[in-house]
Amino acid sequence: MATTDLPAASAAKGNWFERIGAGHFLLAVALLVYPAVASDFFLTQIGGYSLVLGMLALSLMMLAGYGGMVSLAQITVAGVAGYAVAIFGENGANVLGFGWPWWIVVPWAVLLASIASALIGWIAVRTQGIYTIMITLAIATAIFYFAQQNYAIFNGFSGFAGVRAPQFWGVDWRAPLPFYYLCLGIAVLAYVAVLYGARSTFGLTLQAVRDNPRRMRAIGYDVTAHKVFAWFIAGIVAGLAGVLMVWFNGRISPGTIGVGAAINILIIAVIGGMRHPIGPFIGAVVVVLMQTFAIDIVGAQRFNTLIGLVFLAIVFFSPDGILGLWERIKPHLAQEGLRPGG
Amino acid sequence: MAENSVASRLQGTGAFALELEGVGRQFGALVALAGIDMRIAAGERRAVLGSNGAGKTTLFNTITGDFLPTSGRIRFFGEDITTLPAHERIRRGLRRTYQISQLFKGLSVIDSIFLACRGVSRRRFSLLRPAATDVNMVQAQSILHAVHLEAERDILVATLSHGQQRQLEIALALAGAPRFILFDEPAAGLSPTERRDLVAILNALPKHIGYVIIEHDLDVALRVSERVSMMHNGRLFKEGTPEEIENDPEVQEIYLGGRHG
Ligand SMILES: Nc1ncnc2c1ncn2[C@@H]1O[C@H](COP(=O)(O)OP(=O)(O)OP(=O)(O)O)[C@@H](O)[C@H]1O
Ligand SMILES: [Mg+2]
Repeated sequence: MATTDLPAASAAKGNWFERIGAGHFLLAVALLVYPAVASDFFLTQIGGYSLVLGMLALSLMMLAGYGGMVSLAQITVAGVAGYAVAIFGENGANVLGFGWPWWIVVPWAVLLASIASALIGWIAVRTQGIYTIMITLAIATAIFYFAQQNYAIFNGFSGFAGVRAPQFWGVDWRAPLPFYYLCLGIAVLAYVAVLYGARSTFGLTLQAVRDNPRRMRAIGYDVTAHKVFAWFIAGIVAGLAGVLMVWFNGRISPGTIGVGAAINILIIAVIGGMRHPIGPFIGAVVVVLMQTFAIDIVGAQRFNTLIGLVFLAIVFFSPDGILGLWERIKPHLAQEGLRPGG
Repeated sequence: MAENSVASRLQGTGAFALELEGVGRQFGALVALAGIDMRIAAGERRAVLGSNGAGKTTLFNTITGDFLPTSGRIRFFGEDITTLPAHERIRRGLRRTYQISQLFKGLSVIDSIFLACRGVSRRRFSLLRPAATDVNMVQAQSILHAVHLEAERDILVATLSHGQQRQLEIALALAGAPRFILFDEPAAGLSPTERRDLVAILNALPKHIGYVIIEHDLDVALRVSERVSMMHNGRLFKEGTPEEIENDPEVQEIYLGGRHG
């Protein structure tokens, strides 16, 4: 997995338009005017949901693409934030629900999620490759069962319902339009931060640790500390997604953080591609569209087969996901474009 | 490169960069190092010669902490570093290169050297991009110059030629104000021109930086070192000036005889 920043590498000189890049500019315009053409269903169930899942896959992409650590525990980290929102904020389950205001609950939930992520990372960094996947899956499964059986904190099997996005600044953030823009704003923030961070000192150290941990030690880096810090940072992104996720669903229960959901995030990241932070969002849109529409056409049972087939096709034909596919097609398109003009 | 300059430095400071006492390392039943005793003065330049499998690289690995010795003690500028983690030894001024290049294939040349400079500074966890005026970036730029890689500044490491990768190996060891460097066969696989460049780079190092160089090429070894240690089967069996070693009958028989005879 050689990570070279695709469009981002061109950032350096030029006016703001060139610096942002034509692709980013068009994408931004499309996302901003999307509500003008989209129904409420498309706004939340497709738009908002894709952005939330995209952020979760983005947190995986940071660890896997830059750090070489494939995690199946990202949904678990998001779940920590989700449960924290339900427990420290308000919920309809008459269990806990401290009713703290949203502006304390949200940062607190994200902090708890990133600490949980760092702890998971601290255990997982002792392993490599396939074993990292196995140990994070084991942790995710353990936490799933713990949440299901613990009633004092997690309210067991039923979890917490009646969790609502707050109302502030005179806006009802659970309405489709504001919720879409809320998701968009936070997703863009996370995306830009990752894009910038990839070339920061810490981003470089993470990629260097992936390429050659032995050499990193031999130039003075505590490799374990850098990996654990990466998990902490990825936990912030996953935690933010977890807050949006619980607001989106209005509820959280062990089912939200189950093994199926954990694997779903990995599938999204692989289908989209992990060489650039846009990949996870592409994967999220594709998977959400398939989950929404293909399920009606082929039925729930065959749907998993379909997803599995798409996944296999991607892994076989384009290990870098849809992003890699695009990178391969682009030169051909450019040549086509050159021909008539000479 | 006279021997008496070493002696005067020894008397002047009384400081040893490296002191090894009975350092041993076993791999299962295989004794790779059989009790190495070695003292190297600060600023001294030492060559280690020996046949394949003599234990030279293993000796480096125990000194830098890539793995621990199974017996013995290692001191670096008087401090016992025998069990320190590798990165802690580096932060005390020890550096090394690898016999088989250990580079960051996915990074550019300048970013690799920048990381090597940043590795011993406080801002290792910075979430900001380094500015062109960043002190570590400026250092990286001058090291780039020292190892003749300016033209490859922004190239991906994976696309460098073998010779350029060897130069980058050295650049990573020069970064961040080293006090003592271990070079593991830096000339391996280089062309005659590249070898000449290497000798020039080594001889241009600031005088206070000492090093140990493992080198099969006797011509290179004798031109860049003040003293030579001979190694065989995990033991050091002879030490002397380059002239003494070159003319030693036992050495000629074991080492040079086998090669040139
Ligand atoms: N990690 C290891 N595990 C097992 N055996 C090892 C290991 N590293 C080295 N050895 C063995 O220790 C002995 C010394 O190896 P070492 O690499 O130190 O030799 P060297 O003097 O550097 O040789 P060369 O000139 O070929 O580089 C060899 O027999 C080697 O097979
Ligand atoms: Mg060797």
